[in-house]
Amino acid sequence: MTRTFLARNPSVLWFLAALAIFTLTVTVLAEGLGLGLIPTAFVKVLGKTLCLCLVALAMDLIWGYTGILSLGHMAFFAVGGYMTGMWLMYARTEEIVVQALAGSPIPPTPDEVAQGVATQIFGVVGGSDLPAIWSFAHSAWLQLPMVVLVPALLAMIFGWLAFRARVNGVYLSILTQAMTLALALYLFQNDSGLRGNNGLSGLQNLPGLGEVPQSSLSIWFFLASAALLALGYVAAAFVTSGKFGSALRGIRDDEQRLRFLGYPVEGYKLFVFTLTAVIAAIAGAFYYPQAGIINPAELAPIASIYLAVWVAIGGRGRLYGAVIGAGFVSLLSSWFTGGMAPSIPLGFYTIHWVDWWTVLLGLAFVLVTLFVPRGIGGLFDKLPSPRRHGAQLGPDDGALREKEADA
Amino acid sequence: MLRFLLPLVMAACLALPVSAQGLADLLTAERAQIEKPSRQTIGPVIDAIVATGDPAAAAMLRAWADRGLGLRKADGAFLRIAKTADGWALTTLEGQDAGTAAKADIVELKPNAGVRDLIGAALVQFTLSDPDPAQRTRALEAIAKSPAAAQLQPLRASIPAETDAALKARKERLATFLTLQFEPDSAARVAAIESLAGDTSLEARAALNPLLATRRMAAAALPAGTNLAQRLTPGRDLTEAAAYELLVASDLAPARLTLQGQKDTLAAHLADGAVAGVPVADLATQAGRDRAYEALEKAGTVPAAATEAEVKSALAAHVFYDAFTEPDPAVTSAARATLSSIETRVGAMTAVDLGLDALSLASIYFLAAIGLAITFGVMRVINMAHGEFIMMGAYTGYVVQQLIPNYTVSIIVALPLAFAVTFAAGVAMERLVIRHLYKRPLETLLATFGISIALQQIAKNIFGTQARPLTAPAWLDGALSLNDIVSISYIRIAIFVLALLFLAFFLWLMKRTRLGLEVRAVTQNPAMAASMGIDPDRINMLTFGIGSGIAGIAGVAIGLFAKVTSELGSDYIVQSFMTVVVGGVGNIWGALAGAAMIGGFQKVIEWLNPSNTLAAQTYMILFIILFIQFRPRGIIALKGRAAGD
Repeated sequence: MTRTFLARNPSVLWFLAALAIFTLTVTVLAEGLGLGLIPTAFVKVLGKTLCLCLVALAMDLIWGYTGILSLGHMAFFAVGGYMTGMWLMYARTEEIVVQALAGSPIPPTPDEVAQGVATQIFGVVGGSDLPAIWSFAHSAWLQLPMVVLVPALLAMIFGWLAFRARVNGVYLSILTQAMTLALALYLFQNDSGLRGNNGLSGLQNLPGLGEVPQSSLSIWFFLASAALLALGYVAAAFVTSGKFGSALRGIRDDEQRLRFLGYPVEGYKLFVFTLTAVIAAIAGAFYYPQAGIINPAELAPIASIYLAVWVAIGGRGRLYGAVIGAGFVSLLSSWFTGGMAPSIPLGFYTIHWVDWWTVLLGLAFVLVTLFVPRGIGGLFDKLPSPRRHGAQLGPDDGALREKEADA
Repeated sequence: MLRFLLPLVMAACLALPVSAQGLADLLTAERAQIEKPSRQTIGPVIDAIVATGDPAAAAMLRAWADRGLGLRKADGAFLRIAKTADGWALTTLEGQDAGTAAKADIVELKPNAGVRDLIGAALVQFTLSDPDPAQRTRALEAIAKSPAAAQLQPLRASIPAETDAALKARKERLATFLTLQFEPDSAARVAAIESLAGDTSLEARAALNPLLATRRMAAAALPAGTNLAQRLTPGRDLTEAAAYELLVASDLAPARLTLQGQKDTLAAHLADGAVAGVPVADLATQAGRDRAYEALEKAGTVPAAATEAEVKSALAAHVFYDAFTEPDPAVTSAARATLSSIETRVGAMTAVDLGLDALSLASIYFLAAIGLAITFGVMRVINMAHGEFIMMGAYTGYVVQQLIPNYTVSIIVALPLAFAVTFAAGVAMERLVIRHLYKRPLETLLATFGISIALQQIAKNIFGTQARPLTAPAWLDGALSLNDIVSISYIRIAIFVLALLFLAFFLWLMKRTRLGLEVRAVTQNPAMAASMGIDPDRINMLTFGIGSGIAGIAGVAIGLFAKVTSELGSDYIVQSFMTVVVGGVGNIWGALAGAAMIGGFQKVIEWLNPSNTLAAQTYMILFIILFIQFRPRGIIALKGRAAGD
C-alpha cells in the first residue's frame, strides 16, 4: 500500500488527459461557445454518448469486476431520466400555465396553477389530477434527490431479495431482465402516473433558461457530462483498487471461496449493485435532458442487453474498456443508422446499413465473444509498457491474479 | 303502456264476433277508418282484419304498412299500387293484375308512424305462422331484437300451432321474456321470472336486468308507492357532494358556489384594481378570494352562497334513495331473487371458463418453454435466440402457406418443415458458437443474444415489419361452447393437445430411447460418458437441435393465433425462461408445473383487473421474483447428483 492511488491506476491519468483534450476540442469547435464547426445536434449526440460511457462504467463495475451480469441497469438509467424529467416537465409546464393564466383579470391561486399543470401534463392520458408520485415534482430541491434515492431503493430491494436467495449467474441475469420488463410494462400503462407510452417530453427546455439558445445549453450539458464521466471514472477506479476491489474480483472468480474466507459476499454484491444503479441513474438524469424525451421503450430489456454489448466489445474488467466500447459502438451505431454510411450495391441486392447494421452488430458481438474476449481494450495490452514487467503478478495487495491478466 | 295495451286486449275480446266476416265486407264496412286511420281507434279494425284469417289480409296489411295500398275512387276497392311513369300499376289484394289507373283515380293511403307500428305488430302474427320456417325464425329474431308489448299476444297465439320443436321452444322462451316485461298481470310476470331461475344464458340475464334498473332520487320524504331499492345515507352510500348535487339537480336546493363560479363573480365585480375593497394582488390566494366574496355578500351585490352548515341541514332534511323504475315490488323482488340464483351459477361457470383459459395459456407457455426445457433445462445452455427459433418456425409456416394454398395441407407440411429448419439452425449454432462456450454460461448468453438480434433484424429485412397472417384451417375455426359463459376455441384445444403430445414425446425420448439415455449421461458427466463410448459432441449437437426443432413447431402453433412478426420470439423469451426457472431446471415436470402456475396466475390477475393486461404481466413478474425467494430452485427441485452443482 505504499504506492499512491494514481500509481496503482495509471489509466486514470491517461483517461483524464484524453477526456480533457476531447472535451476542449469539442468545446472550441462547437456552435455554442466556439467556432461553430460542430452543429448543435452533434454536440448533443456527443454529450449523450458521454452519459452512455458513464453507465457503461457502472456496467463494467457490476459485470466486469463483480461478475454479476445485470440486464437491468438501463432500467435504472431510465428511472433516473424519469426523475429529472418529472421536474423538468413540471417546471416547464408551470411556466406555460402561469403565462396562459396571466391574461385573466383575477390572478391565479397556487391551486389553480397546480390544477392547470396537471391538466396540461395528464390531459393526453385522460387524467386531470397529479398522481401522488408527482408530489415532489414542483421543487427541484425535493425532486432531484429522487434521481439517486428512487433507483437506490429499487436496487436495494431487488438486490437484497435476489442475493439473499443466492440467485447466481444466468439466473440472476434473467431475473434482472424480468425486473426490467416488469418496470417497462408498468410504465407502459396509462394509469402508471407517468403518461404511459407517451412518456415525458420537452425535457430539453430548462426552467428559467428559456432565453438561452439550445446551442449554448447543449455545450454546457456536454461539459457537465464530461465532468461527470471524469468523476465517475475516478470513483470507479477508487472502488476497484485496494482491498475492496480485490474482494470484488474475488467474488467474480470464486464467490464460494470468498464466503468461506469470511467475507460478507451478499453485502459486497448489494453495495456494488446499488452503487452502480445510482451511477446509472445519474447518467440517465443527464442523458434525457439532452435527448429531450423519455418513454417506457427506453426501459425495454433490449437496452440493457445493448449495454452489455458495449462493455463486452470495449473490454470488460477494465474501466477504459467500458468507456471505449460505449463510445465507439454507440457513435458507430448512430453513424450507421443515421443513414450516413454508404450503401453497398451487390448487383442483385443493395445493402442499406439502416437495415443491416443490427445484423452486423449482432454478428460482431458473437465474434468478439468468441475470438476477442478482452475486447477493444485488450489492444492496449499489446502496447509496450515499461512499468509492466510482470511483477504485478506477485502477492502484492493490488496485484492482478494470473487468470485475470490472461483473460 | 296501458293506453297502448287496452285496445289490444279489447280487440282480443272483440275478435270472435267479427271473425265471421269476410275480408272484403270488413274493408267496405271500415272504409272510413282505414282511409283516415288514427292510432287510438284503428286497433280493433286491424285485429278484425287479422281475424278474418284470409291470406289476402297479410298482403293487404303489408302493403298498407309500406304505403303501397290505394283506394280506387270509382268503386271503393282496396288495391296494391305501385308507381309508374303516368299513374299507378294495380294489383288486387289476392295478387292478380288489375291493370293501371291514372294518378287522380286512386287515393294513396298514408298511415302515420303510430298506425304503421300497430300494423307491424299485427303482421308479426302472420310471419310467426308463416309456412316457411326461415321466415318464422326471422320474425323471432326481429322480436328478440326489439321486443314490444304488442308482440306478446300474437307470439302466444302462434305457439300452439307451431310444428317445429326447436322453433316452438324458442317461441316459448321468447314469450317468457316478453311476459316478464310487458304482461299486465303481476302474478304471471312473477311466474315468468321464476321460470328463469338457474338459466345462465346471456338473453335471460339481459331480460331480467332491465327489471332491476334503478334511478337515484332525492326527496323531502319518501313518496308513497315508490318501489324502493335502497335507502342511501350521505357520507356512507354516496359522497356528500354527490348527494348535494342530487338535491340541486332535483331543484330541492340552490347550487353550491364553485371555485370557478366564485372566480367569475369576482372578475365581474372587478373595479379599479380591487374587488369590494380587496386588492387584486390578494386574490391570488383562496383566503383572499373568500374575503372578497364575503365582502360582496355583505354589500348585497351577490346572493349569499350556501354555507357548509346549510348544506348539512339540507342533506339532513331530505331522503336519498334508489328507486326501481319498475313500479311493481313483487316483480322486482322476484327478479332480484332469480338473478342472484343465476349469479351463483354464473360465478361457478366463470370459474370453469377461467380454468379453461388458464389451461390454454399454460399450454402455450409450455409449448414455448419445452424446447428450452431441453436446451436450458437439460444441457444448461442459455439460448437467448430460442425466441427467434420460435419466430423462424412461424415464418416457415407463413412461407409454406404462400406456396400451398390449402390450409390443412400447408399446416401438415409446415410442422415437419419448421422442425427441419430450426433443427438445422440449432445444429449450426451449436457447432459454430455454443460448443466453444460450454462452461462459460454468461458468455453463451451474450453470444446467443448477438445471434438473436441479428436473426430478428434479418427477419425484419426479409418479411418487413408488418404482421404476417398464418391462417388456421377452417376446421380449427370457431369455438366449442358449452353455454354462454364457458367456451374454448378449437385452436386452443389443438394447442393443448399439441402440448400434451410434446410432453409425451419428450418423456419417451428421454426415458425410453438410446439417445435419451446418452443425453442424460452426457449432461451428468461428459468425461465418464465419453469413456463409455458415447460421443459427447454428437449428443450435444443432436440434443440442441431437437430442442430448437421443437421451438420451430411451437412457432407454427403460436403463429396460428398470434400475429407473426419479427418480434414474436422476444415476446415469449422472458416468459419461457421464467417458466423453466420457476418450474425447476432440468425437469420436464417442472416446466409443466411452471407453465401451469404462470398461466393460471396470469389469468387470475387478468380476471381481477380485466381492463389491464399490462398490469397483469407486471404483477406476474413481481410474483415470480418473490416466488424465487422461497423456492430458489423452482417448484420441482432436483436433488442429489442429478442437480449438478
